[in-house]
Parts: sequence; structure tokens; C-alpha cells
Amino acid sequence: MRFLTRKRCVVTKDVIVIGGGIVGCAVLDRLARRAASVCLLESGDDVAVGATRANSGIVHAGYDCEPGTLKARFNVRGNALVWQLADELNVPALKCGSLVAAREGGEEGLAELKRKADLNGVRAEVLSRERALRIEPMLAEGVVAALYAPDAGVISPYQLAIALADRAVLNGAEILTECAVLSLKKEDGVFVVGTAKGEFRAKTVVNCAGAEASAVNAMAGAETYRTEFRKGEYYVLDHTERENVSTVIFPLPTAAGKGILVAPTADGNVIYGPTSTPAEKDDTSVTAEGLEEIRRNVPLTYARPSFGKCIRVYCGVRTVVGHDFIVAPSEKVKGLIITAGICSPGLTSAPAIAEYVEELVLKELPLPLKESYIVRPPVRPRLADLDEEGLNALIAKDARWGKIVCRCEKVTEAEIVAAVRSPLPARTVDAVKRRVRAGMGRCQGGFCSTRVMEIISEELGIPIREIRKGAGHSEIALLAVKEDGYDEV
Amino acid sequence: MKTICINCPMGCPLDITEEDGKVVVRGYTCKRGLEYGISEYTAPVRTVTTLIRTADGGVVPVKTSAPVPKDRMFDVLQRARELVAPSDADIGLVVDKDVLGLHSDIVVTGRPLPHAVNR
Amino acid sequence: MTKYDVLVIGGGPAGMAAALAAHEKGAKVLLLERDVRLGGILNQCIHAGFGLHYFGEELTGPEYADRFEKKLAKTDVKVILNAMALAVGADGDVTVLSPEEGLVHLKAGAVVLAMGCRERTAGAIALAGTRPAGIYTAGMAQKMCNIEGYLVGRRIVILGSGDIGLIMARRMTLEGAHVERVIELMPYSGGLKRNIVQCLEDFGIPIDYSHTVTRVVGKPRMEGLYYAPVDEHRKPVLSEEKFIPCDCLLLSVGLIPENDILNGSGVEMSRVTSGAEVDENRMTSVPGIFSCGNVLHVHDLVDNVSHEAEIAGAAAASYALKGAPETDGGVFGVNVGKGVRYALPQRVHGGGGNVEIFFRTDNVYKNCKVVAECGGRVLYSKKRMIVAPGEMEKIALDRSALDGDVTVRLEI
Repeated sequence: MRFLTRKRCVVTKDVIVIGGGIVGCAVLDRLARRAASVCLLESGDDVAVGATRANSGIVHAGYDCEPGTLKARFNVRGNALVWQLADELNVPALKCGSLVAAREGGEEGLAELKRKADLNGVRAEVLSRERALRIEPMLAEGVVAALYAPDAGVISPYQLAIALADRAVLNGAEILTECAVLSLKKEDGVFVVGTAKGEFRAKTVVNCAGAEASAVNAMAGAETYRTEFRKGEYYVLDHTERENVSTVIFPLPTAAGKGILVAPTADGNVIYGPTSTPAEKDDTSVTAEGLEEIRRNVPLTYARPSFGKCIRVYCGVRTVVGHDFIVAPSEKVKGLIITAGICSPGLTSAPAIAEYVEELVLKELPLPLKESYIVRPPVRPRLADLDEEGLNALIAKDARWGKIVCRCEKVTEAEIVAAVRSPLPARTVDAVKRRVRAGMGRCQGGFCSTRVMEIISEELGIPIREIRKGAGHSEIALLAVKEDGYDEV
Repeated sequence: MKTICINCPMGCPLDITEEDGKVVVRGYTCKRGLEYGISEYTAPVRTVTTLIRTADGGVVPVKTSAPVPKDRMFDVLQRARELVAPSDADIGLVVDKDVLGLHSDIVVTGRPLPHAVNR
Repeated sequence: MTKYDVLVIGGGPAGMAAALAAHEKGAKVLLLERDVRLGGILNQCIHAGFGLHYFGEELTGPEYADRFEKKLAKTDVKVILNAMALAVGADGDVTVLSPEEGLVHLKAGAVVLAMGCRERTAGAIALAGTRPAGIYTAGMAQKMCNIEGYLVGRRIVILGSGDIGLIMARRMTLEGAHVERVIELMPYSGGLKRNIVQCLEDFGIPIDYSHTVTRVVGKPRMEGLYYAPVDEHRKPVLSEEKFIPCDCLLLSVGLIPENDILNGSGVEMSRVTSGAEVDENRMTSVPGIFSCGNVLHVHDLVDNVSHEAEIAGAAAASYALKGAPETDGGVFGVNVGKGVRYALPQRVHGGGGNVEIFFRTDNVYKNCKVVAECGGRVLYSKKRMIVAPGEMEKIALDRSALDGDVTVRLEI
């Protein structure tokens, strides 16, 4: 099994990627195609558990990035790559286009965006209200015009990251979770990475540590950055709202960001958000004020706010370093490649960042492409995508395809088992949820969590009491009835 | 003692005292409230429902076949910790006759699910 | 697959009673249950208090379910377990997935919906704070405890004082957890008085009315929560916010009929109950599709579920075997007036015999009068010492007296 839980030992690799967010996973996936030993170290219990788990999931077109910046370059290139990856990896995605909805007085702002779009080489068009309504009939009354970008859309950000990680593992890469980097130094031209799971050595290290990027650099004696964090809070609405939203609806952007949007999700929900308020690095708590701000802003662009259909609220934290991304080799520590400040449009840009990081790695280490590598991993079917004949053929082979475990999202036992057995196995309830959506629906796991816990337990041989919701000590079954003493309470 | 009557949604607040050796209930509206107040004061009883372990590591629900004195509830629960039901226990199986001499049996009320999972 | 007269979706108390009633009327019945056994949520309701009305004795949930299961076992009602109905079409076609049969489309003479309800979640109430391990619906905690044998918390706070929340306060206490308090948004409990006394008072568990949880703290495990009193608009007064250390928050904040398989069926839904609109036979707006139990409207007593399901099951059998009943007496709407949140059935056919109208009030009222009117005539008028939203009320009307829409209201 490639998923390792090593105790103290020394492992030597060509390249170590620190951080399993969307950027780290995309970098690992690129490098796994080459004849190199590559390894990703992630402090969380799974990949995609930081900012990658909690963002808008928008595939940005790239019209609003300042021309000439890395953001503009990687966004535009990344847009094309994301759609390609979604196809190769069978990740839920929808190229539904986006609108920037301007109210009275906002026409100049739209013209400015159109100018940037042209400079960035992004298809975009300013539409009158009437034409915009043909794309999105639910625009709010006060919207007078809109900028339409047909190449924008939505994707499941964590499923993209997980699919990249899975493909990397299939192609020979290693991923270690709950393996926080504790030290990073260079000895005799080789990086020595100290972790809770032992020491790792590599000629090249790629820092994709997201919120921790500056801290990881500091360990190595490399560049450090003044880093700001901004939380973004969201509402998630029931599937039944999906039919009311046709496209991604942004307000006019401000200095604080792209503003509070209304968007379908690739999995068939609708989201409202995000806010953008200064926060501590790991403060993903939702606030009453943030939710109130969303309730105030959504009606400005969208005619059918349905907060009563809320099934979940969440919050992610963006990492901001200056005005642009940092993607560069360290000038102080040779062999260290840095990605930092990958806030919006980081998801869209990630595959392009990875492509560039690969170039930078090749300058350090000439690694040839493998003779053969897997581009399209075996498709893991989803019930929703199967036709009747296909489903019945699967059931004939494996009856678990006929057993619904998650009622709300219609996820079968076979899909959950597959998630637990995937190249990067789902070992927690939330890891299963991110892979196959069991527990992601309107009952939020109320009906299916116990069965999901049993499946993880059966498949991985972990006792029920050790099954966790996610990271750290997040066990769900705390005490065994009639076995544990009352004094344990 | 103070409590509320449970007989209807009115929930009359009852104040029950003993005066000259007689139980006096105040605050009730109807006769049911008076009777309830007296019984809650003199001899409150409860049916205890809980779980016991099965031989294969699962759990099965049980109840006391008759209500037991309210202040003995936790004694019954402590006793239930010592009991183990067969894995195929069926509804009605008496697992402890005359529990703690309280003139009530501990009886199985449901069927355990087969448990093959790690515990 | 065999042709069935009546297809019942759901094998909980409603589905079992409907299937039995349909069988007794001579129908060939198929009963679909998505779980591994019949009984539905009763299997995890191991406390006593069921059956006082229906059986005249006090049973636990599994015992109540067992009575019906044993009766079913003596019939030729076909039961398929692990079978989930995915959709009900406008023509009454039911798409079903099961390991046993695969994906199939079933067509029966009539369909009875009996899928029950689900719980409102932390997400549905947009609970602020972190999202750690330790936040569960009361029903999930009940399943973890009573079926699986594990407690999901050591120090517990319960938000919402509906019966499930109160029952779980007692269950967790009896199994060794410490229930810190119950927090209720409304100035009164939606639960039975009996549960207030026997689930909270017996164990000295405090309840804070007109309070709510303002935010949860802790990550990855819950470490505590803040709560505060609410003002007259039910907004928290943050200046009076207090902290409780706890590792678990259980939510008992409402139940919602689980009707999503009806999208595309054309069944008209009530915005108030979130269930179908039905006539006195519990037939929906689509002829041949019936609804009963908690999927129709959320009940407080399972005994009422059984009675309602028997009406639906018998009527479904009759529809399947004899077609739609003659309705020469006309059909009239049942509307609600002051003080009444909803009344059910929403439509009543004229003609002979009595019809029972069930309704819930929108608040607690003392010394009020329940009035039912039709075309300015008072059909029913009776004093109640108290009515409360948590307790379903019932009146009987003579159908032959109807000549127009009926209004049920309170005189307060």
C-alpha cells in the first residue's frame, strides 16, 4: 500500500511537496508523471482540508486580474487546464459562465473589467440588462448591465484536489497525511525535512503550505512574508434551489475582493458568499455578522434569495501576501521552490502554477517523463451518472450498488467502499463525504453517518471508537454504553 | 415539593406539602392533578428503559416490566451493567427476574442487530 | 415482478399500518423499506410511552413496531428490505433501487407514501461558530446510543425542547453522560409535560426558555458554546451571552416530512406542513397516491400515525380495487383561521358520516374556544382549557352538514 504510516525512519526522495491543498496536489500530479520519486507531506488528516475545502469553487475566467501579474497569467492558463483536468479525472464541473452584475452607476466598472479582459486575452462581453436576463433570469431588479464571461464556471475544489492526489498516487507518488513539517534545513546540499513520522530527505522541496508557506520558508532560512488572512463565510442551499440559478453571479468587485456571489455548485447545490473579513490563520468559525452581511448583499444581484433552504454554513480562510501570487525559486535557499499567497483565483490557477513549478523543478533536476503514466484513472462511477442498464449490470456483480446509504445525496454502499479503498483512502467520515458526498445533503449525515462509520471500520479494520469526523481528536463514539464507567464522564 | 402535573398540556404547577400527617396538594385544577400530586409525593415510580450488552458485543434495549421507585432508578441501571443478553435475544425475554427485589423484571424490548464490526 | 394493488413506501409505523389495512381490504400489497429491518425510527425509540391509545397499554418503540411486524408476518404482504424509492412519477410509477431487485420501475393500483420525516440540522438553522465533532441531531445521537451502543458526548447541551430532545436528555443521563442544560428558543416547550418532568426535572436538568445558542467553539472537537436570551423578535441579546464548556450539542429543532421523491409527481404540497395536501382518505391531489404518518405532517403520538395510516391504506386498497369513490356530495376546502397553524385533511368530501379534522395551533392559548364554521354556520364550538402547538388537536364534523369550505379557528 502506498499510503504509509511510517514510524521513525529516513526516506530519500527527489522532490518533496509540502502541503496537500489544491496547489500541492496539482504539483504532485505533474511531478508524478516523471521518473522521479516524489512525496507529499500534509499536516491534516486528508488532502484538501485547508482553504481548498472551503472556497467558492469558481473556475474564474480571468477578466479581473491586473494585466501582467502572475494572477492574470496563471488564471487564464489555469482556466483551460481545469476544464481539461475535470474531464480527465471525472471531477464534477460545470462551465456555466459568469456575470458581473452592475447596478446603477456601475457601468464604468464593467468597462474597466472589459478592458482588463481584453488585455488578459479573456472572452468577455458587456451585456444590457435584457441580454443578461437571457443568461440569468433571476438577476435582481436593480441590475442594469452585466459583464458575461462564457469560460467561467464551477468545479468541486476538494474533489479536484483529491482526484489529482489519487492520480499522483496511481502514478507512483506518495502522500503522507498527519505529517506536519516540524523542521526544514539543508545539509550537504540535501534538504532534511523533520516530521512526526520521521525524517525525509530530498534534493528539491516545493513549498505549497498555503497559510503556513511563510513559516515553512522561515524554517529553511528562506524568504518570509507579511501574510494576511481573510475569512470567507458561506451559505449552502438545498438542491431544490439549483434550478433557480443558471450562472455565477458576482457583484462589481471592490478592493476587498470579488464580493458576495450567488453560484450553483458543481454538485447541484447553490452557494451564497463569501464575506471578506480579517481573521486569524485558522479561524474558520462562521459569525452571525458574516451571515447577516450575506443576507444583506445577495438581494442586490439576485432576485430570489432563499435563505430558508439553507442546509449548511461554512467558512474558509484566504491567505494573502501582497497583491500577487508568489511562485518562484527561493533566492536565499537553492532548491527550494516557493508558492505563497495563493488566494483567489488560486483554485483556477493551481494547474497552471503546477505546470510552472514543474519547469522550475526541471531546472534543478532534469527528470524525464516516464515511459507510461496514467492520464485517465479508472472511472469510479457515481449512481447519479449511471443509466439503468449500467447500474443493473453493476448490481449484478456487486449488490452493494443497490444499497443506498446516503438518502439525501443518493450514495450507494459500493461508492463509499470505493472511497475508502481509493488510492488515497478516505479514513474519516468527512473524507468520505468529500469524495462521494455521503452526508453532504440536507440531513447532513444524520441518517447515514453511523453506517459510514461502520464501513470505514470494516474496510480499514479501525474500531468504531477510533473512527473520526476529521482531524485530530474528532472521534464520534466517545463512550461504550454499559462498558465505560460513569466516572469517565 | 414542587412539580408540574403531567396529565395534560395545562401543566398545573403543584406545591405538595405534608401538614399534620396529611399530604396537601396546592395548584391543581382537576382531580387527576390531585391524585398525581399525592402519588408523586408519597411513592413516585418510573419505568426504566435502558440497554444491556449482548454476547457478541452489541446492545439490546430492555425495560423494567413494572415501574420501580424513582430513587432506585440508578441502582437498576447499575445492575443492568452486569447483565448480558444472548445475541439472538427476542422481545419479552426476561434477563433479570425481580430486579433488586423491586417486584419488577428486566425484560428485552427489541431485537439486537447482528454486529460483525470492530468494537 | 408480480403486479400489486397497493405499493407502500416506508416500513415504519405508518407504512406497516397502511399495508395491513390495505391487506385487510383484500388488496395485494408490496411494502418497501430502505433499512435492514421494519420499524423505522421506532427501533431507536427504546423509551416507553407508545401505544396507550392504540393498544391501551404502554409500550416501548421496538415493542410497538413488533406488534405490527408480527401481524404483517401472518399476511401475504410482500416486504422488500434495503429498498429505496428514488422517485414517484406523475403516473404513479415508482422507481426503486434495492440490492435484491436492482433498479426497477413499479406500477401498482395505488401508492401510499409513508417515508417519515428528517430532522432539522445545525446547517438548517445556520448555527454560528465552528463545525467540530460533537454537534449532532438528537435522532442521530439516539441511533448511536440505542442501536450502536455508543454515547456521542460526555458533557451535553441540548438545543430545542421538542420531545426527542427531552427524551435524549434522559437517555444520555441514564447512560452516564452529564446533560448541562436544555436551551429553548420559544417561551414554552414543544414537548409533552410528562417529558419535562420525567426527562428533565427527575434529573435536575435546567431548561432555559427564550434562549438560543449563539455560537459553538472548539476545533476539531467541540469545547463549549455560547448562549443568550432572545428578545421579542427572537434575536439573541449578545450583552447577556454566557459560556458553557461542553463536548456535545444535540439539536432538537424540528422535523420536516421527507418528500423529495415527489418532485416531478405533480402532488400538491402544503407550504405549512411540508407534506402533501390530502382529502379525508389521505389521498393527494394525484388520484391513487396517498400519504400518511410523518411524511404527511409531523405527529406527536405514534398512535395517531397508525390510525391515519389505516385510513390511507384502506382507501388505497379501495381505490386500487374499485376505483375512485363516488363524490356526489361535493368537495370542500378546510381552511384555518385565527390561532390555527394548519388543519388536515385540507379537503373534505361531502356526503354521510363523520370526518375528523386534526389541527395544530400557532401558540399556547388558555381558556379558548375551538370553532369550526361552514358558510357562516357554526358546526363545532367547544371550550379548551389549553391548546399548545406541540399537541395535535382533533374535532369531528358531520359531513352531511357541509355545503361549502370549512374554517377551523380559535376564539381567544
